[in-house]
Amino acid sequence: MTTTPIRGLGHPVKRKEDPRFIRGKGTYVDDIKLPGMLFLDIVRSPYAHARIKRIDPSKALAMPGVVDVITGAELEKAGLAWMPTLMSDRQMVLPTDRVVYYAQEVAAVVATDRYTAADAVLAVEVEYEPLTPVLDPFKALEPGAPLVRPDREQKTNHIWHWEAGDKEKTDRIFQEAEVVVSQDLYIPRIHVCSIETCGCVVNYDRATDKLTIWMTSQAPHAHRTVFSLVSGIPEHKIRIISPDIGGGFGGKVPVYPGYVIATYAALKLGKPIKWIEDRSENLQADSFARDYHIHAELAATRDGRIRAMRVHTVADHGAFDAAANPSKFPAGLFSVCTGSYDMEAAHVAVDGVYTNKPPGGVAYRCSFRVTEAVHTIERMVDILADELGMDPAEIRFKNFIRPEQFPYKSPTGWEYDSGNYPATLQKALDAIGYQELRREQAERRARGELMGIGISTFTEIVGAGPSHTFDILGIKMFDSAEIRVHPTGSAIVRIGVQTQGQGHETTFAQIVAEELGLPVENIIVEHGDTDTAPYGLGTYASRSTPTAGAATAVAARKIREKARLIAAHLLEVSPDDLEWRDYAFRVKGAPDRFKTMQEIAFAAYTNFPQGLEGGLEAVCYYDPPNLTFPFGAYVCVVDIDRGTGQVKIREFLAVDDCGTIINPMIVEGQIHGGLTMGMAPALFEEIVYDENGTMLTGTFMDYLLPTAMETPHWKTDKTVTPSPHHPLGAKGVGESPTIGAPPAIVNAVVDALSHLGVRHIDIPITPAKLYQILVEKGVAE
Amino acid sequence: MERVPIQLTVNGQLYQAEVEPRMLLVHFIRDVLNLTGTHIGCDTTSCGACTVLWDGRPVKSCTVFAVQADGGEILTVEGLERDGQLHPVQEGFWEEHGLQCGFCTPGMMMTAVALLQENPDPSEEEIRKAIAGNLCRCTGYVNIVKAIQYAARKMRETAPAAAGIAGGE
Repeated sequence: MTTTPIRGLGHPVKRKEDPRFIRGKGTYVDDIKLPGMLFLDIVRSPYAHARIKRIDPSKALAMPGVVDVITGAELEKAGLAWMPTLMSDRQMVLPTDRVVYYAQEVAAVVATDRYTAADAVLAVEVEYEPLTPVLDPFKALEPGAPLVRPDREQKTNHIWHWEAGDKEKTDRIFQEAEVVVSQDLYIPRIHVCSIETCGCVVNYDRATDKLTIWMTSQAPHAHRTVFSLVSGIPEHKIRIISPDIGGGFGGKVPVYPGYVIATYAALKLGKPIKWIEDRSENLQADSFARDYHIHAELAATRDGRIRAMRVHTVADHGAFDAAANPSKFPAGLFSVCTGSYDMEAAHVAVDGVYTNKPPGGVAYRCSFRVTEAVHTIERMVDILADELGMDPAEIRFKNFIRPEQFPYKSPTGWEYDSGNYPATLQKALDAIGYQELRREQAERRARGELMGIGISTFTEIVGAGPSHTFDILGIKMFDSAEIRVHPTGSAIVRIGVQTQGQGHETTFAQIVAEELGLPVENIIVEHGDTDTAPYGLGTYASRSTPTAGAATAVAARKIREKARLIAAHLLEVSPDDLEWRDYAFRVKGAPDRFKTMQEIAFAAYTNFPQGLEGGLEAVCYYDPPNLTFPFGAYVCVVDIDRGTGQVKIREFLAVDDCGTIINPMIVEGQIHGGLTMGMAPALFEEIVYDENGTMLTGTFMDYLLPTAMETPHWKTDKTVTPSPHHPLGAKGVGESPTIGAPPAIVNAVVDALSHLGVRHIDIPITPAKLYQILVEKGVAE
Repeated sequence: MERVPIQLTVNGQLYQAEVEPRMLLVHFIRDVLNLTGTHIGCDTTSCGACTVLWDGRPVKSCTVFAVQADGGEILTVEGLERDGQLHPVQEGFWEEHGLQCGFCTPGMMMTAVALLQENPDPSEEEIRKAIAGNLCRCTGYVNIVKAIQYAARKMRETAPAAAGIAGGE
């Protein structure tokens, strides 16, 4: 019997992926170098809206080392000037007659090295006739607004209207309500800015007729299918490898024109092609998140009972609807905006609009518009509390969905799987000393100091998703795992999801270790190669653990059932006489008679019962019965500098409940990172365009990512309420903190100023913006 | 374009090459020497993913021309491990879960190595200040701070000689 510890669920196992990363031996896309490889670089538009009159590549082509210049006219002949988006819209790969956003791809150059390619980009002459851009989605909806997409049949900038909930009932409650509060909230355009930009290396091997694409992809299988459908190349002739990925956060879900152009160039030129974005290209042209103009209302009783919620949102999706939401959800899961509160009715409507900006609507470490939803409800609850003179904690306790109400059917149709909201908030308040902080705040206020306490008690919705409701371009959003146990009791696990830092190589090994009783060291996890990994929809929206994690557990259990038969054979008992306990099959009533999985694995290849197939492996394509609903209670304490308008986060406590925890070290790390990416748009990050549609925040000098100096020392804690439908009870965690943190911070800042009549501030709360408010309220120093 | 001969010691090994004067040190390290542990994350000297030690001092190698470093000694992430022994900073990042996607990690570790050479017992505030030029999008920095504190402890506990690693032999 093995003496090596199993270290399955709940162990802080050090990450298996780290030894290569700490030695600088990871393999990111730009690390791949093939013989004869050429470099592709992209000419981009200096206008947000313009007609292209002429593209003259002759000077570029005359430069030594320049191999080719590719334009939209050439791609059009190949039927590749346009490509489908994941939202059933279409997007220009390279334009043939007009550009519709600043920094849009206009032409591509191919050269022998990256310096020559960059020179050649400057040598391509493009003549534009500028057109009036439409940048404000409300103006875009006005009659006579310039048309962003004349290629469409519908001659309007309106893309779609989507709604959820019961309008009639909601309106009726609002008519009779004792109290109504309303607020406009703008959640600006932001960018995920993974530290690795996007790129690919494409190699077409004529001898094998195989196209291999190393690609910064969060969803390599889905991308392979899209590539096959667009190009007509049979899917088995395309291999997409998503190697080590330097952060994703949603930005590596869409298919970008650069991937398609590089693939075209590799096929045309018969040479490997590398395309790597620089940071400005990444920041200026890759898909964006948020850009939601929200009008929200709550109806309540005078004693603070929320009765209904009404929301209308105008969503700026840029020039192409290239978001990556499930097909039936053009506004993502925004309708979860009733949050953690029980109410009689809700109605949510969203209108998607085209503007002359790069495609919007992808995630920013957020599962399909849930950040927008949570920001709305968590701000509105505070606004209602302010209206009624109630404490923000008290109003939450009064309106929480009670533990006994789960599974809870929300007014917009979601079935929350499990939760215990009062316990989580109480734990957070006790740990941070809420009452003491309120006393301190009163004292400081009396001295003229500005201190605020903000609460956010959010409900996440992740794990898309059940096949009856969730698909992307028709592909159902199941996910997969394949496990093979080797004769000596080690195993390989291949999964359909793709890590970008989440630690799958460790956590998925822990799941198998737990289920099969094999030491975690003896289990290797592979992913990201479409030739070897089972088909899956990829990693985003905190879906890996709810979907592929479940698939891994189920596949392991299939193996265990077969192992039971082999164990029975070895122990010469009936399979029914065996029970799985303490990581072994033991004879009931005689627990000392047992077989470990290691012994069984060897027998699976050397001594298996007649009539049973040899080997020990299983596959599972897991179709989740429901989504999972992680939740948490966050408390943020801020001090505001009256001289500068700077917000200092003095303390931030995050109590998360993500169900069963696979690896507490990794969960905590995910929460730290998510909180930081929640703080970033709350206080710093915003994509800004001037009146011409030129982006003003195209570098890290202008688009401010938090450094270690601004980031507080996050404190975390947990409650554990397992999901009743997930095989492990796990729910997913990566995005909870990004979703929960912004309203906690904003609520704290507004709380610090509430006695001055401040009820809402749009994010980001920059020092300049806040200082202006301090001046208006007469408290600036 | 004309090429200029340069001579550099990288991770203790001498390299001679002819490079375009405009070639960035980071491209020389990555594309010429094939030491791809040093990464590129921005174009504006902001993110620090390309941090290496040049004559013992941390520099962002995207903002140094290879020709500027002529005659110098460079230490990259690949040079941290000695005789199969991880550098305490590497060990700290692994032990304390100081990395997730791993992309900023080499630059972050090089900055940490430089900090600990100057200040063997930094406070959390001093660590945060030292790494303020290295952006990490995954970790929220808390565990990076812990990783550097781990390394500092470890380096203080072991022989002083072990702390003197930088810029080659």
